[in-house]
Amino acid sequence: MNFKTRLGLGILAFFTLIAVVGSWIAPYGPSAMSDDLLSPPSGAHWFGTTTTGQDIFSQVLVGTRGVMVVGLVCGVLATFLSILVGVTAGFLGGAADEALSMLSNVFLVIPALPLIIIVASMLPSADTVLIAAVISLTAWAWGARVLRAQTMSLRRRDFVEAARASGERTWRIIVFEVLPNLVAVIASGFVGTVIFAVMLQITLSFVGVVSLSTWNWGTILFWAQSNQALGQGAWWWFVPAGLCIALLGTALALINFGIDEYANPRLRKVRA
Amino acid sequence: MTFLLRRAAFYLVTLWAAITANFLLPRLLPGDPVQAMITKLGGRLNSDAMASLYILFGLDEKKSIWAQYVDYWGALLRGDLGLSFTFFPTPVADVLSQSLPWTLGLVGVTTVIAFLLGTLMGVYAGWKRGSWMDSLIPVTTFLSSIPYFWLGLIAISVFSVTFPLLPASGGYAAGLVPEWSGEFIGSVLEHAVLPGVTIVVSSVAGWILGMRNMMVTVTAEDYVLVARAKGLSQRRIMFAYAARNAVLPSISGFALSLGFIVGGALLVEMVFSYPGLGYVLFQGIGAKDYPLMQGVFLVITLAVLVANLLADVGYLLLDPRTRREG
Amino acid sequence: MTVSDKDRSVALEAKGLVKTYKRVRAVQDVSIVLRRGRVTALVGESGSGKSTVAKLLARLVEPTEGEILLDGRKVRRVREYRRKVQMVFQDPFASLNPIHTIRYHLTRPLKIHKRPETPEELLERVHLPADFLSRYPHELSGGQRQRVAIARALAAHPEVLLADEPVSMLDVSIRLGVLNLLLDLKERLKLAVLYITHDIASARYFADETFVMYGGQIVEGGDSESVTQRPAHPYTQLLIESAPDPERSVVALDAPPEEVAAVSTGCRFAPRCPKVQSRCWTEAPPRTEVDSYGHWAACWLYGEAAA
Repeated sequence: MNFKTRLGLGILAFFTLIAVVGSWIAPYGPSAMSDDLLSPPSGAHWFGTTTTGQDIFSQVLVGTRGVMVVGLVCGVLATFLSILVGVTAGFLGGAADEALSMLSNVFLVIPALPLIIIVASMLPSADTVLIAAVISLTAWAWGARVLRAQTMSLRRRDFVEAARASGERTWRIIVFEVLPNLVAVIASGFVGTVIFAVMLQITLSFVGVVSLSTWNWGTILFWAQSNQALGQGAWWWFVPAGLCIALLGTALALINFGIDEYANPRLRKVRA
Repeated sequence: MTFLLRRAAFYLVTLWAAITANFLLPRLLPGDPVQAMITKLGGRLNSDAMASLYILFGLDEKKSIWAQYVDYWGALLRGDLGLSFTFFPTPVADVLSQSLPWTLGLVGVTTVIAFLLGTLMGVYAGWKRGSWMDSLIPVTTFLSSIPYFWLGLIAISVFSVTFPLLPASGGYAAGLVPEWSGEFIGSVLEHAVLPGVTIVVSSVAGWILGMRNMMVTVTAEDYVLVARAKGLSQRRIMFAYAARNAVLPSISGFALSLGFIVGGALLVEMVFSYPGLGYVLFQGIGAKDYPLMQGVFLVITLAVLVANLLADVGYLLLDPRTRREG
Repeated sequence: MTVSDKDRSVALEAKGLVKTYKRVRAVQDVSIVLRRGRVTALVGESGSGKSTVAKLLARLVEPTEGEILLDGRKVRRVREYRRKVQMVFQDPFASLNPIHTIRYHLTRPLKIHKRPETPEELLERVHLPADFLSRYPHELSGGQRQRVAIARALAAHPEVLLADEPVSMLDVSIRLGVLNLLLDLKERLKLAVLYITHDIASARYFADETFVMYGGQIVEGGDSESVTQRPAHPYTQLLIESAPDPERSVVALDAPPEEVAAVSTGCRFAPRCPKVQSRCWTEAPPRTEVDSYGHWAACWLYGEAAA
C-alpha cells in the first residue's frame, strides 16, 4: 500500500471517528444561539459564529454524521443494485443484457440533479434516510456499466466454462466463481458511489430541498448562503464545511487510485 | 449509419423515460402540493391555466391514468407546460425560452473548453509519466472533490467581495437592455468570467485524470512501441498514435457524464444568480413551483440528449471502426 | 456378449452434429462414436471446428442440429449428463479459478455429484502430493495444474473424458507425462477418451482411432496406425508432411481462410488441395472406404476408384 492510499484511509478514518463521537465532543449545541453574533474564529469559537451566534465548529462536528451515514447507506444500496444489474447483464448476455444495459444508460444520461430536486421537494418530509434511498436509485448506473464490461470478459474465461462443465449451477458460478474476481472493481465502484452520494446530499441541502432539522455540511452552507455570509465577508461560515467536503472527497478518490493501481498494474508509479 | 440510428433510438427511449417519470412523479408521491398552490392563488388563475395544470399534475382523478397520460402528451406536444407560480402569470415555456440561451452559452462554452484543456493536459501528463506532471494528480484530485457551488462561493468571496474586480451576480449589468451593442456584449462577457472559470476549474480535473490513465495504458501497447521503433518523432507518436486512441473512451465518457456536469453547472448558476435554467430552478424550489421545476428538467434532459448525439458524431469521425460499420 | 465386447461398447455417440454461429458453419454434419477403454483422436488445425465439437459433446454449447446419445439414449437433464461426461480444457492457466484453492476445485464436483471419494484420493490418482490441496493455482506449474484439472474431471466418476488439446499449452518435456497419465487412467477406469489435438504425430502414439477434421467436417477416419501411416485424404497427407522432419522438405499449408469459407457446395479443401479436380468445386465428396479395415476418406480420389 503506497503513501497516497494510506493518507486517504487515514483521512477517512478521521471523519468516521468524528461521525461517531462528533455530537459528544461538540463544545456547543449546533443550533444553540449566543450573543457572539457573526464573530470570526477565536479561542471560544474555533470556526467563528453565525448571524444568530451559533457555533460553526459544533455544527461541522455534529453534521459529519449525516454526511457519513448517507455516504455509507447509498454506497451499500447502490453497489448492491449495480452488482445485481451489471453482473446479471454481463453474465446472461443476449436480450437480457440489451434491456439492462439500456436501463443503466438511461439512468446515466438523464441529468440526475434536477430530477432528484423535484423528487425531494415533492416528498412531504425529506429526511436523511429517505434522501439516501432516492440518491441510491440514481447512483447505481455507472457501477453497473463497469461491472457489466468486466463480467463479460470473465464469462468467456475457461474457468467459468470449466465450472459449468463440472456441473455447477448458474447462480453458484456467478456468486462463487465470477463475483470474487470482481472484488477490486466492486470496491472501486463503492468508493465512487460514496463520493457521488456525499456530493449530491450536500448539494441538495445547500439548495434547500432537504429537511433542515438535521445538520450536515450542506445545511451549514445553506444557512450561510441564505444569510448573505458572502456579502458580509463572513468567510469562516462557508470555508470549513467546504474544506471538509473537499478533504473527504480527496480521501475517497485517493483510496480509489489505490484500488485502481492494485487492479491495473500499468498505472503503478514508475520507479526511476 | 447504423451506429447513429441506434444511438438516436436510444435517446428517444431516454426522452420517453424522462417524460414518463415527469408524468408519474406528482401522481405517485404522497401529498398534493400543486392543489395547495392553486387554492392559494385562488381566483387569479383563469380556466385555461387551471385546465392545463389539471392535465399536467393529474388533479382530475375521475379520469383513468391512461387517459391522463394521453392528455399529458397532448399538452407537451402543444408546448403547454403550465403556468409558473414564481413568475405568475408567465407560462413556463416562456420562462424557459428566456433562460435557455444563457445556460446553453455558459455551459456549452465552458464544457467544451474544459474538455479540450483537460484532454490536452491529460495527454501530456500521461506521456510524461514520472515527471513533475505527476504532482498535478493530487492537486487535480483535490479540485475535482470540491463541489462546484462551493468553488463559486469562494470565487465570489475573493474576486468580488475582498477584491472587487468582477461582478458577483447576474448575466449583465443592471440597467442595460439586452441588445446587440458593444456595451451589452462586453457586460455579458464580464459577468460570465467568474461562473465560467468556476465551471472549467472544477470540471477540468476529471478529464485530466481520465485522459492520463488512458494514455498510460495506450503507451504500453505494441503499436506505440512499433511507432517508436520506426523512429517517428515524439510529437507524432504522442498525438497521432497514442492520443488518437486514448481519446475515444474519453469522448464516450464525455457523453455519459454530461448529465452530471450540467447538474454542477446549474448550481454555479444558482450561486452567481446567472439568468439561466439553474437560477430559474433555484427560484422554483423556493416557491414550490412544480410546473417550472418539471419544465426545467425536461428542457435540460433534451439539451443533454442533443449534446450526446453531437458527441456521437464526433466519435464516429474519430473512430474508423464505427465508420466502416455504418 | 463377451466381457471384452461390453468393455469396448459405445459410451457416447454423436449423430449429424451441426453448429452454426450467425452465418458461419463451425461444425457441419459431424458424427463420432466414443467407446469405453479407447482413445479417439480428433485432429485438425485451429479453426477446423474441433474445439466446438468438444464443447458440443460437453453440452456447453447446444447443437443447431443433430443429437447426442449417452449409453444409447438421449439425456434430457444436463446435470445427469455431466455426471457421465467430463471435460479437460486446453489452457490450465485459465481453466482454474485464480481465487480458489485446489481443495475447492476438487471438493465442488465431489459434492455436486455426491461422490464418496476425498480430494486427497483424487490428487493421488493424478500423482500429486496431498499437500497441494491448500495451494492456489498460481503456485503450481502448468503440468501440475493440468493434472489438477484432470483430477477435477475425474471427480464426477465419468464414463467419458473430453480432452481439448490437453498438452498443447504445456512444455514439451512434460507432455508425455500427462499423456501417459491419461492412458493409464483410461485403462484403469475404462474411460472413453476423446483426444483433440493439432499434432497428428501424438494421435498415432496416443489414440486407437483417429479422425481428421477440416472446415467443420470430418474428412478422414480409421484406426490411428492406418490414418497416420497411410493417409488417404490430401489434407491428411499435407498435415503429416508439414510436421517438422529433417529428412523432408516442408509443404506449407497457406491458403487464406476467406477462400475456405467462400466454397459453399463442393469440397471445402478444394482451394488448398494439390490434387484438386473440377468436380471438387461443385460436388461434396462422399465417404469412401480406402481399405477393408474401416479406414475411410471423404475425397473424390477414392470415389472415382470405387465408381
